Amino acid sequence: MQADLVTWIALLVVIVVLVSAVLVLTLENLIGAVAVSGVVSLGVAVLFVLLHAPDVAMTEAAVGAGLSGVVLALGLRRLGLWRLESSPEVTEHDLSARPSASVRGEDRNA
Amino acid sequence: MRNLASLLFAAGLAFLLLVIASELGFGDPALLIGGDILAQAPDEVGATNIVTAVLLGYRGIDTLGELSILFAAATAAGLVLVGGRGAKTPKVDPPGGFILRTGADLLFPLLLVVGLYIIVHGHLTPGGGFQGGVILAAAFFVLVLARPGADGSGGMNHTAIAFIEGLAGAGFIALGLWSLWDKGNFLQPMLGQGVFGTLLSAGTLPLLSMAVGLKVGAELAGLMTQLAEQPADAADCSDPNPANPKDKADNQTEATHR
Repeated sequence: MQADLVTWIALLVVIVVLVSAVLVLTLENLIGAVAVSGVVSLGVAVLFVLLHAPDVAMTEAAVGAGLSGVVLALGLRRLGLWRLESSPEVTEHDLSARPSASVRGEDRNA
Repeated sequence: MRNLASLLFAAGLAFLLLVIASELGFGDPALLIGGDILAQAPDEVGATNIVTAVLLGYRGIDTLGELSILFAAATAAGLVLVGGRGAKTPKVDPPGGFILRTGADLLFPLLLVVGLYIIVHGHLTPGGGFQGGVILAAAFFVLVLARPGADGSGGMNHTAIAFIEGLAGAGFIALGLWSLWDKGNFLQPMLGQGVFGTLLSAGTLPLLSMAVGLKVGAELAGLMTQLAEQPADAADCSDPNPANPKDKADNQTEATHR
């Protein structure tokens, strides 16, 4: 195919965006789904740069990859759906040893 | 069954949109105003970044509409989120780990400088008020994440944030009213064009950028802090098998956790 480097990069980014979009729907771990939705926004921001629209790309990167993911993650936390592990059986043994598990700050003594 | 219904609904909606789009005749009377703006903007407005010249100069009132939408959304979210604060003893977050705290301390001045740079140079380089405002909001929010403090707010003063936001929004409208009084058109760029390509060019455009950036930054920082202050659900995040699944989590998310 007589396509230059930019076209190949764009094709790669499009594939990443499509795979991430499908992953958002199929991941069990909801925090992982939020992270992958950030990847979708980041890929779209790169595509905007390749289309010569840097202002739109900056806005998309800031809002999609930053704000939107944070808002979704905080919403998940409010609903009590914030779990890092995807299967409950894994954590039951851990939690009997530790009094409580928090998703931030495993290093409590620092 | 529910997935099938959702899929049918999405397919029906896509079909409807495709039919509408095919009938609209995009580009049939070609809108060629872009070429005219490209030709005239550097002399008329004096800004190097023509996108900002359109956003704040030619279509300033659209930007005012966008600011109003953001304000309405943030106010609505604030009204909804007030109910969760302080009602019962909130489950307070521990301070962030070492990496988060050190990273926040290092990133805060950098994010502040980059955000302010993008706002102030909005008329020269790609960027502008909104993009810089979001970066400013992130700068202040990362501090809240690193050290949530005793009540989860990380030391952010909501009254001061609301004051800054209101003042910046009022400043934007005040600049527009000044143009209305002086030149007869609301939000017309004033103060001449300046020297092309320098910081002091494009008249009132840097001032409008500053107002937009401060408003958006304060708004989003306040909104995210309000979200972060919400107590994590009492069924708590460390319990893998809650005894009474809350009705808030719908059946599908419940099924994915089992």
